[in-house]
Amino acid sequence: MNALPHTLKKHSILPGFGLSLGYTLLYLSLIVLIPLAAVFISAATLTREQFVTTVTAPRVLASYRLTFGASLVAAMINVVFGLLVAWVLVRYRLPGKRFIDALIDLPFALPTAVAGIALTAVYAQTGLIGGLLSKIGIKAAFTPLGIIIALTFIGLPFVVRTVQPVLQDLSKETEEAAASLGASRLQTFRKVILPEVAPALLTGFALAFARAIGEYGSVIFIAGNMPMKTEITPLLIITKLEQYDYAGATAIAVVMLVSSFVLLLIINILQKWAARTDNR
Amino acid sequence: MTLKNITLILLSIFTISSFSSAKDITLLNVSYDPTRELYQELNAAFAKQWQEKTGQKMKINQSHGGSGKQARSVIDGLEADVVTLALAYDIDAIAEKANLLSKNWQSKLPDNSSPYTSTIVFLVRKGNPKNIKDWDDLIKPGVLVITPNPKTSGGARWNYLAAWGYALKNHGTNSDANQSAKEFVTKLYKNVPVLDSGARGSLTTFVQREIGDVFLSWENEAFLAVNELGKGKFEIIVPSASILAEPPVAIVDKVVDRRGTRAAAQAYLEFLYTEQGQEIAAKNYYRPRLKMIAEKYAGQFTETKLFTIDEVFGGWQNAQKTHFTDGGVFDQIYQVGK
Repeated sequence: MNALPHTLKKHSILPGFGLSLGYTLLYLSLIVLIPLAAVFISAATLTREQFVTTVTAPRVLASYRLTFGASLVAAMINVVFGLLVAWVLVRYRLPGKRFIDALIDLPFALPTAVAGIALTAVYAQTGLIGGLLSKIGIKAAFTPLGIIIALTFIGLPFVVRTVQPVLQDLSKETEEAAASLGASRLQTFRKVILPEVAPALLTGFALAFARAIGEYGSVIFIAGNMPMKTEITPLLIITKLEQYDYAGATAIAVVMLVSSFVLLLIINILQKWAARTDNR
Repeated sequence: MTLKNITLILLSIFTISSFSSAKDITLLNVSYDPTRELYQELNAAFAKQWQEKTGQKMKINQSHGGSGKQARSVIDGLEADVVTLALAYDIDAIAEKANLLSKNWQSKLPDNSSPYTSTIVFLVRKGNPKNIKDWDDLIKPGVLVITPNPKTSGGARWNYLAAWGYALKNHGTNSDANQSAKEFVTKLYKNVPVLDSGARGSLTTFVQREIGDVFLSWENEAFLAVNELGKGKFEIIVPSASILAEPPVAIVDKVVDRRGTRAAAQAYLEFLYTEQGQEIAAKNYYRPRLKMIAEKYAGQFTETKLFTIDEVFGGWQNAQKTHFTDGGVFDQIYQVGK
């Protein structure tokens, strides 16, 4: 770590630093920064007062609660069950493992609208699972629960795919060593495995969470879209666009962008911290 | 912008650059969702006629999507020679925001630039178990009404305005006509369990999910549902009064002048008004304007009192401002109600 400033001051050992940095900056600007800047510029056509009324209207506030709340719940569900899936895929030999492994990526590949329609079909009251749930008095589709289901679906691969390589690197011997030193299974999990995978889990959580916040296609079919109850924030942005209210749409987008960025930043810091405590 | 639109732009750039010197001609018709089948048939017929007349090969590309989304694509630069959308408000927006055509576009073609019309009808389940006959039955407790969100769907705005217009005529005394119409529409939307973002989504909710007792629908979509989606599973109920939905068409002046396609675009839209064009519209369950064809297909369409948006609401701009802007009447329904 201490050697880094020294090497930077001299010439970097790795070749092509100037060129690749230039390329990175250009690429990031074109793909990320400039379009995002356009959002801010468009939102800036509003006066401060208009901006505040737009982004704090009751309907919009209700949608933030729903979007961020459901995304958080979905990401947490994925952390628990994504870890479990990754564990099974890494540690056990089972028939059709390749097939299961490929299944994980499906939510990445499937058009979100297709996912939404399929999920709605299954979880609506006429659907396979929705019918069973409604017998015990739970309505899934067209309620916030349905939104959580859709967001869990699209977030799953993020957790599995970030945790999987870390688990693969984690040698079985460490666990066996822990066991032979008399650690219980729970202790092995808590003290040996969890610290190793925690940074990856946090990354997976952050990715799943961020993806869920912006998700539109799969949610829109299962949400029911009732004002104040099941309207997600991206829908309100679309609603504004439908009225050709570009500035209002981008104002809400700015709020989402800034809050997502802050959240991701916090998670990044947490992750660094987790990695550091882990190295001690 | 959707990927489809991006591809279309790239395609149109490609076709302009590669074909402008050749004899072939392409037009891009940017339309809304349910007109897919209608324009497939119309385009084939027109291209054939055009080639017979001029010897030139004509290819008409179609783009379909939600009416508002399509208008936004054109505003953002999708090179549409003609637009054929669900409501005049969306073409107004193209004129206003992007100046691609003149503000008086609607007076350039006959019949408010709407070669065919439709109306809003009820689609109910076989045997009409809830005995739904007219708008009044929709506000009864226990009746579930399926309609998309008027803030995101052009078709849903026609539904809303049809209900409002009916209530205004049948429930309003002169002094508080608007108030009682608002109460009526509020009650109606209390019976709506799901607000899909578009008409096709609502149709799926009603047909596939089997949610709701009645689906408010474009008449042409209702026919499609009855004849193709679930034969013998649905019935069409035409209410005692409804709105005359006039989906408008227009030439996008700036685009056709740049591309040199004005003559073809003009002929294309005029073709919609011809006997052949009108017959194709009627076959696709749109109400034709031409008397002769209308009489020929009279058996297909139930007669009912139809009011226009200009009569009742003073045009799209006014209707939009009063009802569908943020804080407008539609928002009030949901914010006061709960």
